Amino acid sequence: MRRAVLGVGRAAAWRIRAGAESGQQRQRSPPLSPVPAPPPPAFRFVSRPGPAGSESETVEQSPPQSPGPGKAGDAPNRRSGHVRGARVLSPPGRRAHLSSPGPSSSSEAREELRRRLRELIERSRVMIFSKSYCPHSTRVKELFSSLGVECNVLELDQVDDGAKIQEVLSEITNQKTVPNVFVNKVHVGGCDQTFQAYQSGLLQKLLEEESAYDYDLIIVGGGSGGLSCAKEAAILGKKVMVLDFVVPSPQGTSWGLGGTCVNVGCIPKKLMHQAALLGQALCDSRKFGWEYDQQVKHNWETMTKAIQNHISSLNWGYRLSLREKAVAYVNSYGEFVEHHKIKATNKKGQETYYTAAQFVIATGERPRYLGIQGDKEYCITSDDLFSLPYCPGKTLVVGASYVALECAGFLAGFGLDVTVMVRSILLRGFDQEMAEKVGSYMEQHGVKFLRKFIPVMIQQLEKGSPGKLKVLAKSTEGTETIEGVYNTVLLAIGRDSCTRKIGLEKIGVKINEKSGKIPVNDVEQTSVPYVYAVGDILEGRPELTPVAIQSGKLLARRLFGASLEKCDYINVPTTVFTPLEYGCCGLAEEKAIEVYKKENLEIYHTLFWPLEWTVAGRENNTCYAKIICNKLDHDRVIGFHILGPNAGEVTQGFAAAMKCGLTKQLLDDTIGIHPTCGEVGNRRF
Amino acid sequence: GYLGDATQGCLGGRWAYGEHAGAGGADATAQLGRKVAVVDYVEPSPRGTRWGLGGTCVNVGCIPKKLMHQAALLGGLIRDAPHYGWEVAQPVPHDWRKMAEAVQNHVKSLNWGHRVQLQDRKVKYFNIKASFVDEHTVCGVAKGGKEILLSADHIIIATGGRPRYPTHIEGALEYGITSDDIFWLKESPGKTLVVGASYVALECAGFLTGIGLDATVMIRSIPLRGFDQQMSSMVIEHMASHGTQFLRGCAPSRVRRLPDGHLQVTWEDRTTGKEDTGTFDTVLWAIGRVPDTRSLNLEKAGVDTSPDTQKILVDSREGTSVPHIYAIGDVVEGRPELTPTAIMAGRLLVQRLFGGSSDLMDYDNVPTTVFTPLEYGCVGLSEEEAVARHGQEHVEVYHAHYKPLEFTVAGRDASQCYVKMVCLREPPQLVLGLHFLGPNAGEVTQGFALGIKCGASYAQVMRTVGIHPTCSEEVVKLRISKRSGLDPTVTGC
Repeated sequence: MRRAVLGVGRAAAWRIRAGAESGQQRQRSPPLSPVPAPPPPAFRFVSRPGPAGSESETVEQSPPQSPGPGKAGDAPNRRSGHVRGARVLSPPGRRAHLSSPGPSSSSEAREELRRRLRELIERSRVMIFSKSYCPHSTRVKELFSSLGVECNVLELDQVDDGAKIQEVLSEITNQKTVPNVFVNKVHVGGCDQTFQAYQSGLLQKLLEEESAYDYDLIIVGGGSGGLSCAKEAAILGKKVMVLDFVVPSPQGTSWGLGGTCVNVGCIPKKLMHQAALLGQALCDSRKFGWEYDQQVKHNWETMTKAIQNHISSLNWGYRLSLREKAVAYVNSYGEFVEHHKIKATNKKGQETYYTAAQFVIATGERPRYLGIQGDKEYCITSDDLFSLPYCPGKTLVVGASYVALECAGFLAGFGLDVTVMVRSILLRGFDQEMAEKVGSYMEQHGVKFLRKFIPVMIQQLEKGSPGKLKVLAKSTEGTETIEGVYNTVLLAIGRDSCTRKIGLEKIGVKINEKSGKIPVNDVEQTSVPYVYAVGDILEGRPELTPVAIQSGKLLARRLFGASLEKCDYINVPTTVFTPLEYGCCGLAEEKAIEVYKKENLEIYHTLFWPLEWTVAGRENNTCYAKIICNKLDHDRVIGFHILGPNAGEVTQGFAAAMKCGLTKQLLDDTIGIHPTCGEVGNRRF
Repeated sequence: GYLGDATQGCLGGRWAYGEHAGAGGADATAQLGRKVAVVDYVEPSPRGTRWGLGGTCVNVGCIPKKLMHQAALLGGLIRDAPHYGWEVAQPVPHDWRKMAEAVQNHVKSLNWGHRVQLQDRKVKYFNIKASFVDEHTVCGVAKGGKEILLSADHIIIATGGRPRYPTHIEGALEYGITSDDIFWLKESPGKTLVVGASYVALECAGFLTGIGLDATVMIRSIPLRGFDQQMSSMVIEHMASHGTQFLRGCAPSRVRRLPDGHLQVTWEDRTTGKEDTGTFDTVLWAIGRVPDTRSLNLEKAGVDTSPDTQKILVDSREGTSVPHIYAIGDVVEGRPELTPTAIMAGRLLVQRLFGGSSDLMDYDNVPTTVFTPLEYGCVGLSEEEAVARHGQEHVEVYHAHYKPLEFTVAGRDASQCYVKMVCLREPPQLVLGLHFLGPNAGEVTQGFALGIKCGASYAQVMRTVGIHPTCSEEVVKLRISKRSGLDPTVTGC
């Protein structure tokens, strides 16, 4: 809303964006001596068509846009030109008038002065350029002292280079007169404008915006959401810090920058899923004429090493891209200690304190433990699995989340003996018909399911890599207990938000006490206005990387750019990478019935047999797709579900089509691509 | 002879009736009690190859080529496997005979399935070569010399097309084969020269290379005419870097059989004017297709064809110059030669004829995919066509190079994995075309074709949340416009 405020009350206010406007400045300046390029001015000039010092004219300004490359090291947060510039051209009626800081004989001295002034302005909450005898200046000083606000005052008539300063100031602000007032880096203007701003409430607003902070934005958590927000904020010219620290898992596993997705989530799991698919492809390939008769073995270490190498390169890439964008990355654990202030503790236990005007919490989640005897000691979670230095062997996967089923799926794909212990239902929250089909495919392909059991004790029988564990489990329905011996027990029973040990209570950020999740409004704002949150810790939002990336990026654009676009959490597609992939977008059938009532829905469904499966001799009547249509709204497609190879690739476009209001009629009218699985929607319903 | 009195006749198995008879509301015969006969006969290819019911797609088109493409893809996956921990000794040899047998068996099962479906729906099937006697009657000779006359109220011509032979080239007909034969070869074609630049040519050369054969493509002018040219050059680039050889700007002049049985091909390099020769085991012509209309005696019924292409001229209702005679599929002038288009056109036609519908077939924004080793999926306008229609100033192209996650660990080169979206420049930036080069391009493209059908704008596509990690999410992440001149290489997660 800052933009709106600036336009109100004719206040000559301009927020200083160090370096961010340089591109435009360059573009519009007359040719300059090429080397060395003059550093971009820190301030944008504001046109004043009226006589200098007059307080009555409209201030014209253009929003920050199309920043261009500047001199390296001049302003830390800068980006190269970007296509988005085209979208945020000056709205009509606003014009930026830029001066030409052309070279002169004393240009270097002038630059030095300009730099000094900028420093003064940036470091002062209120900076008044004044003349000791000027009655207008006195009025302004009195106003601030009546508000109890301390001011930094420079009396231009009492310093040697006062005249020069006034000249440079006029270059920077297009205001030749004193007083020349800045509040929190924002150029307010002269006396009348300051009073106008006071009357309109703008001044108070500007004063509230503390500028004395180390950073414009500190992001706690360097995962998908945090990094996308950090990069975008930096692109918009902000001074940004990312605090990221991975607390080692109970088994001692830790990792680099990038968060869950990159290190212990999407990336390694999809790669292991791919490894398992390759096992299937090897079987298929014989039917397609490829000849090798030896029993092909899978080597866990080879695979894991290759995957971890890839992840390391991604970690490195993230660090590099933060550095390129001049985002400060600190590998420390962040914990709020007071308002606007966070304590960062590094690996060695050294503490550093940082302050920021705004914060984004993006700490994500970590796997949950059962809280039974032996679980933290002997069990692993998805935090450990992907970098496990040895093959897990016979494995018990506890849980029925998508993490549980995906892990069980690829482990079985490597030929391991895998059992899944399920307390109640599979894939809670997903369409249950689909979930059961996912499960039954896995069962047909060698994964064992123990339904309605929960572990009560884990005992170590043998140490080793892997060792031997005895699991005692009891029925959820009766008194029956069972015992099993496994090499590895993988817990995948859910994830807990990392929100309870980051000092949120110190600054009053509300969390859902039960779930630990952070409730936010539709602009990702928490109960404390200057604190925002993105990613898996949000209450009631999908826990997905692309969602976190999108919401982090849009949040930064709203906070620091001209954008008002909110993250759209409707019809978010996703895919479960079980051996038979399950892609979906929109509502589960149960949910659709709950919302729209059964009689208002038309559900189209079909089994299908991928062409590639025919020759491979894989089962027919297994792959399945269904769409759920709302009869009350032109048979609008409100749910899309597909179980089959490459479900993720298929689902994405359907999600885009649902964004565009896909109806059954349009589905019927669209021609299929033959022979694909994707055409199933067009041919079979 | 047999005198049929069907109320509707179909000529040509290209119109795979069973395909659409199952589709909702389309089985006019079952639901509307119409009497239908399908007359289908496959003239053996010059090499003597013949096949069953189902037309080109099932027998000598989409189905066998996608299966052989899959065989080639599996070859790539076998090479990936060791990177993912599978201990497979390399290289793994490929046995053509085994693959061909498996593919042919599948096709035969489909032939059988089609026959059963026709029977189930009480459609009379005649395996005879028919031609028009008059505008309501066709006639053919069955095995055993029995003449059959069939008359119908409505007749649909769906005889499709067959590969063109360059008969002016010495030895072409004698020694060359076409896509009518390649899928039915019992023995490996060996070192192969594929002549042509159609998608058929590139797909065949692609899978031949993929299963380990020496394959060369001879292209006279431009590859994949009608497709986006940037994309098609990348398709070629990828194939060339994966072992397919290309002879660009060359045209064959003669084919001779050498005493050792090899084929010696002589060609002219059209830029230098020089002649060159090479020896191959197989020469595959893939220079285009001709419609199967000449033997139909269309003039007896008064059905007009294009003098240039011999294709049948129809209106937007698929009606020919004779009111009760219709034509669908590849035999029709100016239609995309694609199976799903033929199926849908057939279904809609029947619904109009017997189901009281007035829905016309919409031939715009038909998606398709070329199953080259790196698949190319597209829907809507090519960049050239968009610029031609709307002007450079009104077209914005968003594009990105990306690296499929699976390529990383496998150490595969992703230089040609690329996606571009052609949009109108003016807000809301309607999407005019989507072009996707990468694994599973067909699967990726399908849904976006739906989106374009729904009138998708660039903004709407960008508001779609991606599915991570997939290749298709690159489409909803397109942020760099060509106009910006920025590097379209995607980095990071």
